Amino acid sequence: MSKARDNILARLRARNAEKPPVDLDRGFNSPDWNRQQRIELFCKAMRSVRTEVHRVTAADWPEQLAKLVKEKQLKNLLYAPAGPLAEKIESAWRAGEELPELVTREVDVDGWKEELFFDIDAAITSTRSAIAEVGAMILWPTPEEPRTFSLVPPVHIAVVEADKLHNTFADAIANENWQDGMPTNALLISGPSKSADIEQTLAYGVHGPVELIVLLIE
Amino acid sequence: MQQKAEFDQRVQEALNNPQLRSNFRIAMDGLMEKRSNAFPDKSFMEELRVLGSKIRANALAKQPELLEQLEANCTRNGIQVHWAETIEQANRIVLEIMERHNATRMIKGKSMVSEEMEMNHFLEAQGKSCIESDLGEYIIQLDHETPSHIIAPAIHKSKQEIAKLFKAKHPDIPYSEDIETMTRSARQVLRSKFYEAEIGLSGVNFAVAETGTLCLVENEGNGRMCTTVPPVHIAVTGIEKVLEKLSDVPPLLKLLTRSASGQHISTYFNMISSPRKPGERDGPKEVHLVLLDNQRSKIYEDDELFDSLRCIRCGACMNHCPVYTRIGGHAYGSLIPGPIGSCIEPQKFGLDKFGVLPTASTLCGACGEVCPVKIPLPKLLHRLRYEQVRDDHTGATNGQGSQRSGKEAMIWKLWSWAHANPAVYRSGTRLASLFRGAIPNKIGPWTRVRTAPKIAPKSLHQLAREEGFDHE
Amino acid sequence: MSLIQHYPDRPEKVYFFGTCLIDLLYPQAGLAGMRLIQREGVQVIFPQDQTCCGQPAWNSGYRNETRAVVLNQIRCFPKDYPIVVPSGSCAGMMRHHYPEVFKGKPEEALVNEFSQRVFELTEFLVHVLKIELKDLGEPVKVALHTACSARREMGVADEHEALLRQLGNVQLVEQARKAECCGFGGTFAVKHPDISAAMVADKAQAISDTGADQLVSGDCGCLMNITGHMEHQGIGPRNHHIKGQHIASFLWERTHATKS
Repeated sequence: MSKARDNILARLRARNAEKPPVDLDRGFNSPDWNRQQRIELFCKAMRSVRTEVHRVTAADWPEQLAKLVKEKQLKNLLYAPAGPLAEKIESAWRAGEELPELVTREVDVDGWKEELFFDIDAAITSTRSAIAEVGAMILWPTPEEPRTFSLVPPVHIAVVEADKLHNTFADAIANENWQDGMPTNALLISGPSKSADIEQTLAYGVHGPVELIVLLIE
Repeated sequence: MQQKAEFDQRVQEALNNPQLRSNFRIAMDGLMEKRSNAFPDKSFMEELRVLGSKIRANALAKQPELLEQLEANCTRNGIQVHWAETIEQANRIVLEIMERHNATRMIKGKSMVSEEMEMNHFLEAQGKSCIESDLGEYIIQLDHETPSHIIAPAIHKSKQEIAKLFKAKHPDIPYSEDIETMTRSARQVLRSKFYEAEIGLSGVNFAVAETGTLCLVENEGNGRMCTTVPPVHIAVTGIEKVLEKLSDVPPLLKLLTRSASGQHISTYFNMISSPRKPGERDGPKEVHLVLLDNQRSKIYEDDELFDSLRCIRCGACMNHCPVYTRIGGHAYGSLIPGPIGSCIEPQKFGLDKFGVLPTASTLCGACGEVCPVKIPLPKLLHRLRYEQVRDDHTGATNGQGSQRSGKEAMIWKLWSWAHANPAVYRSGTRLASLFRGAIPNKIGPWTRVRTAPKIAPKSLHQLAREEGFDHE
Repeated sequence: MSLIQHYPDRPEKVYFFGTCLIDLLYPQAGLAGMRLIQREGVQVIFPQDQTCCGQPAWNSGYRNETRAVVLNQIRCFPKDYPIVVPSGSCAGMMRHHYPEVFKGKPEEALVNEFSQRVFELTEFLVHVLKIELKDLGEPVKVALHTACSARREMGVADEHEALLRQLGNVQLVEQARKAECCGFGGTFAVKHPDISAAMVADKAQAISDTGADQLVSGDCGCLMNITGHMEHQGIGPRNHHIKGQHIASFLWERTHATKS
């Protein structure tokens, strides 16, 4: 189809010769928010789209997590044994009782797709950073925490560090130099899956997680 | 004038359908309110719109270079890039990918370009199954319909109509008119489809040349499913969707979600830059990008109409259009309805086919006022009205001059003569005032719902003379 | 319009462009507009050779036919006086579209100079004459319909309202979806009568629902459409259709002491 390519580009170029460049000033101003303001904004925005946000500490989050999953009567919890949260989750589970079964499959998802789709109740992942302004978490899924963890199980639990809150999406891209190298998949997630396709009425839990639970480490 | 008659027929049907009228009125009122609430600060909104329009205009100005850069970066990242001048070529590319994988099942995320390609129709004729997974698209696919709105495809249907449709198509699922319940049943049905599909198809909201990244905006998670779960992902997009830099994305995303549905951000913003890399445990092993022209490069030729390519498909122009609100999307007879559709579709498919659309506007300006990238929609509709009646055969627009009728042209020539010659005009108004009693009180369709205008006994010209306003 | 309009100082003389619709159907509105300006001590000149702004042909795509008509208007207003127009729609045509009509043509500079002198009546009263009105009328409930061109092209919706709010006995009521088009749209009402009918029906109902005694508009096209529909359908309180008036007539009537 290189003929199509050449034809398209030739047509565009024939026209483009006369097109003056656009005077585009991309300079942006980041809001002047402090850490506390970022936290408040993030929580408010996320809660406004039915995300369950729990404000926790670096020390007590595994305990809080254990309590939460127990209350929700989850059957199992998918986690990444080689991921950044593993050590603390495992020790909390060792200490706790009657907790959901911790599930881990350190092989390609293709090999256990059926189980992932139909048997897993919840998954927990870390996050790369987050955005205060609009209330969104940034995930760059890794081999340890693949993309489907935050997508397929009906409940997604995410751990967000307040220290990694950016003011805006533009700040996140600039501060983390995304243009220098993008991952296979970068994601912003702001709430549980939803649709307003029927009568413009919001219904939660369409194809992605029905519930999104955020543990915000302050 | 067959297209006009067919358009009028569809308009009649829509206007006489109270359910449809009410569905659209309620939905559009809601969408307008949501957008308005999402922009509480008007000067912030204005600044953002200016930035958005410049980002898009810049990308269009550099389009050929950016497309090459996009191709080079995608290729370097492992995404296979294909170019298609026509929808036939694009469909052929998709089919070849499917055949190479011996694939028969495709699961689709929402993509207006795939609708433009009539991909489902094409692939089904080749024995492939294509399932729409966006809830709205899924609903209209069940009913063999086309979208009536670009972001809310099933907005013309009430929940009762959808409940009946679900019952007819899935007799085993208990009947319910509860929206959450219906949404969950669709989830159940589609879960196995995601699981089984060999090919996932998606559209693209923005394609970033700088990094070779495809961006997708969505709320449901079906877009992520289609681009993550099947072993092969095919993204189809119009060539105009390319952006220069990654930093161009945040302002446009802000504008898009707020303008479309009043959301500060969508549930998911999915940025794809490569297929699964060694060591990664999920994601498609192949990612293909199909760049479709289909007349876009022709629209690109015109200095003024070219602005319509800035569109980021938010739907705000239709949400705010009083005509769209009354007649709904299907009456337009084009894939994209509303003001932006009336701009783009006649340019793509010819004024001979869609010339009626630019006239189906009061030029009230509501669309131009809300467009997040400041497309001067009324001005472009106006320009197309000119294109379709001009007879000098010098413009590039498809179907130029096709709506010109000798009778109408003669009327305007006469009108122009009378209004360019004051003596003729004054005699005319004098006669009209004199014989105002003879003016019929039924004048065409105007008086079907209105009384006839009443000509005054004395014209303003005469009154001005009588009061001495006629001279210095 | 996002551009800030610069207004001249109070002139000694102005031109008045009456518009063809007012000329034939609502001449009293034109007269009232001229009297309002004259009362402020400004001489008003109504050149007798004026006809129509050219908008009907322009909006129908007949650009050459438009030019001939526009040139006639330009010839009518040769001196550098402001040109006041009692219609957002015609003023919008003359200020914003005339330069487009002649873009790249030899007359371009002449036309641009002309366009900068065009003012819609209410903006002229408010910003140039800084008019102060004293209400002499009985209490009345009024709904205002601002034409889309007045609102979006000329940006004078606030000026319409500001003038009505100066009148002490006028209670301004607001109809639902007040910024929505009434469905007139010039030739639109002829080419797409059914859609136009649906739009005007909704507009008339919304106005009627306010309980207004009267409808005021700065544009006679909208007025003809909405009141024509109300009259035809008997829409209004107690099945009396609501009286419609051009804003100039309304302002003049309420502030003018009748000699008795």
